[in-house]
Amino acid sequence: MDISFEHSGDMVVARVNENRIDAAVAIQFKDRMRELLQTAAPVVVLDLSQVAFLDSSGLGAVVAVMKLLGPGRRLELAGLTPGVLRVFRLTRMDSVFTIHDAAPPSLRHAG
Amino acid sequence: MPARTGAQPACPRRLRLVFPADPLAVRQALHDLHEGLRDCPVSPQCRATMELVLAEVLNNVVEHAYADRGGEIEICVQRSGGGLVCCVADSGRPMPHGALPPGDLPGTDAADLPEGGFGWHLIRALSRDLDYRREGTRNLLRFHLPAM
Repeated sequence: MDISFEHSGDMVVARVNENRIDAAVAIQFKDRMRELLQTAAPVVVLDLSQVAFLDSSGLGAVVAVMKLLGPGRRLELAGLTPGVLRVFRLTRMDSVFTIHDAAPPSLRHAG
Repeated sequence: MPARTGAQPACPRRLRLVFPADPLAVRQALHDLHEGLRDCPVSPQCRATMELVLAEVLNNVVEHAYADRGGEIEICVQRSGGGLVCCVADSGRPMPHGALPPGDLPGTDAADLPEGGFGWHLIRALSRDLDYRREGTRNLLRFHLPAM
């Protein structure tokens, strides 16, 4: 599971460089995030702009990552594609997460 | 790729796939269906809905009907108006109590967020005329995805 990590002050942007988070990779996603989240940062922004497809297994994995962070830290989402946003809306999980249109520009990759 | 001059784009009236019940085969089947419908008069939104609903149905077959022990899944997709009729068959365990789960949405209480239980809600929210029956040793599920 290709996820890149960038630190900036008290924030971390985790960019998912895959086009699917589905049942085939949900556990890998969770494990890789758990590994990357060892470093403390109060706010973690999950950049999903490359993810075109997310099913309920993927949604469950994103929720699990939020719970991994514990009470002192926060998971926010950015760059949801229409198909991914639809899953968050239909399950009302869009009310649980702070959702940004895009990852913070200063942290966005050039290409 | 052969030239298509003068020829009608190839859009099959019906697609049928048989594949093993594991997550990577499910992913491949969804990809193959998408490709199979490429030249069909079915909107991208309808195809995206098909992919999501079938993903949820198939994940359930892999995890629950076959309890991750593998087996065979058959799906068919047929055009109906601008929409699609999908059927999924497996030889796994029957649905508990012989009926489909209600698909109630789990709560969004921040202290106790659910990591599952969304699948049937998505299936029910996005499909029409959902029908389940057990025939002999097979589960048969059928639903309609309206044109959008």
